[in-house]
Amino acid sequence: MRLDQLPLNRASRIASIDWAGLAPRDARRLRELGFDDGVAIEALHHGALKGPLACRVGRMIVALRRAVAAAVTVEPA
Amino acid sequence: MNPAPMVALVGNPNAGKSALFNALTGARQKVGNYPGVTVERKIGRMSLDDGRPLELVDLPGTYSLDPQSPDEQVTRDVLFGRQEGERTPSALVVVVDATNLDNHLRFVLQLIALKLPTIVALNMIDMAARDGLEIDAARLAAELGVPVIPTVAVRKRGLDDLRAALGRAVGGGGKAMFASGDPADIADLQREARRIATAVTVQRSAGSTWTQRLDRIALHPVIGPILLAALMFVMFQGVFSWSKAPVDWLASLQAALADAAVKTLPDGFVRSLLVEGVINGVGSVVAYLPQILILFLFILVLEASGYMVRAAFLMDRLMAGVGLSGRAFIPLLSSFACAIPGIMATRTIDDQRDRLTTILIAPLMTCSARLPVYAMVIGAFIPARRVLPGVGLQGLVLFCLYIAGILSAMGAAMVLRRTVAKGGGGGFLLEMPKYQMPLWRDVAIGLWQRAYLFLRRAGTVILAVTIGLWLLTSYPQAPAGSALKQSEYSIAGRIASVLEPVVRPVGFNHDMALAIIPTMAAREVAVSSLQTIYSIDGGDDEKVGQQKLAERLHGAWSLPTALAFLAWFVFAPQCLSTIAVIRRETNGWAWPGFTLAYLFSLAWVAAGITFWTATALGL
Repeated sequence: MRLDQLPLNRASRIASIDWAGLAPRDARRLRELGFDDGVAIEALHHGALKGPLACRVGRMIVALRRAVAAAVTVEPA
Repeated sequence: MNPAPMVALVGNPNAGKSALFNALTGARQKVGNYPGVTVERKIGRMSLDDGRPLELVDLPGTYSLDPQSPDEQVTRDVLFGRQEGERTPSALVVVVDATNLDNHLRFVLQLIALKLPTIVALNMIDMAARDGLEIDAARLAAELGVPVIPTVAVRKRGLDDLRAALGRAVGGGGKAMFASGDPADIADLQREARRIATAVTVQRSAGSTWTQRLDRIALHPVIGPILLAALMFVMFQGVFSWSKAPVDWLASLQAALADAAVKTLPDGFVRSLLVEGVINGVGSVVAYLPQILILFLFILVLEASGYMVRAAFLMDRLMAGVGLSGRAFIPLLSSFACAIPGIMATRTIDDQRDRLTTILIAPLMTCSARLPVYAMVIGAFIPARRVLPGVGLQGLVLFCLYIAGILSAMGAAMVLRRTVAKGGGGGFLLEMPKYQMPLWRDVAIGLWQRAYLFLRRAGTVILAVTIGLWLLTSYPQAPAGSALKQSEYSIAGRIASVLEPVVRPVGFNHDMALAIIPTMAAREVAVSSLQTIYSIDGGDDEKVGQQKLAERLHGAWSLPTALAFLAWFVFAPQCLSTIAVIRRETNGWAWPGFTLAYLFSLAWVAAGITFWTATALGL
């Protein structure tokens, strides 16, 4: 399942990230914010009208747009 | 004597770096700029337990040494001893958020590889405990090979240990080696960081979930935006209503000073200059200090509490609609205080076109320098009536002026993104810090720095312009007994006559043309200019306070003219410092020139439409 489709508050894990499909800047920022295979992730909030989403990655809360979230594949923890 | 050793404070954003800097240096700090770039340079002094002085530099928060923004570039250059105007640090204090070790440790590993004497400040250790985390600092120190000091910057805990560790660290010297070796791959470092974090952390309990509970309200798709709008509304009502008493005190202080000067000095040039030029001119600007401080108080508290990033989250959808990102919200909100820090805050936007667009629209946000002008005109022309319980008509008009600025900024962004700043498409990707109680000390330091900058401006630029304008409007003197008005007979009056035909169609009279010339230096000068112009025409130099000016304006301007003047100030780029900052940030004269042209055109058109509509409606 893609991160942008993940229902809220469901403990999950990052299965894979399509690094090549991301803009280099976004890819780098994602890495810096701790996105990596196997990291625990949970969607917390969805912005109204297809706005950004907030998720917990490791111990951090990160806000990102849906287009970027679509590059992250998640699986149940 | 050798200068005090320099210690650099580095860390990820949101690690509590600034709080630690404030706790270590107190008020002994200076804010400046690095030469050639507009990155803020914050230095402070502290002394070690044995009395040795240290210079502490608060470097911009960054996630890694791989620079993308000017901020990150400066941090990297300072660490490598390549930054102009900065010495190589003798030691590093790396601030990490104890609740977020897995992520912050990666940057620590990168910094340790620099081979400078390094100390890790394991900050917010109390928050970690609250989250049910137990961290083995000794084990962490062993894993990293550098001293680890648990701290709680906001409670000033762990500072003695940190000072002691600094005492041991400085003196050894050393130079960053990173440049010679190959930087390790970021993904590998990340894994190593996670391994260490897992090894030293024990999760005791689920911990409290304050941030989660608050976010459930603050980020709610319906309640969140309503809450944000309400906060903004309270902020702008607060600026007007809470400041009333202190503004009145300042006004009566000004009147008392003018009285005293009139009583003690003989009539003549000096008295006239002092009373009309200095006391009434500068005084009428300083009178707005309370409002500016209230606005900054809100912004600083929202920023320190962690809410500002939530506001960016809520605004991202809307900003995306005009081609910007939620990230632009923070610089734009700062621009409500002053466009200069706002434009400088755009450095955190990594996409160049997003950044350029944000810079170009930042002057449309209603900065605090417009507030005196708005307050003067609103005070003189809009009745202080209640339209709803707790909502005054004056506050409502002010709110509308702010909204007009915001809406036109959005419109301008949309046009700019499709024309001069086409292409690209920055994302919105950022960390949301935990909520925390803002610390009054940090807020007070921030407020003091703003007040100081404002008063210094009032004491220098505004004072000089006011005196200059007073001279230009007082000489040559109109022949005694003639029907000529002094403000029109003077040098300034003749300059304004040249400008007048341009602004006449939009309802401006000669005095207004005269007032907007010196206003190029700083918008708030409009108040003191009008004050000076009308007190000279009035001929009396006694007790020309706020009240008098309001009465004079009321007599001299029609309501459509007053409204047109307000509309003009929503757009007019009348602040040369802002233009100078745009030049510096965009490296050339093209964009500042563009800004001047498009904003003056907008100002003229907006004033015109307002004037013509109001006249047609018979106001």
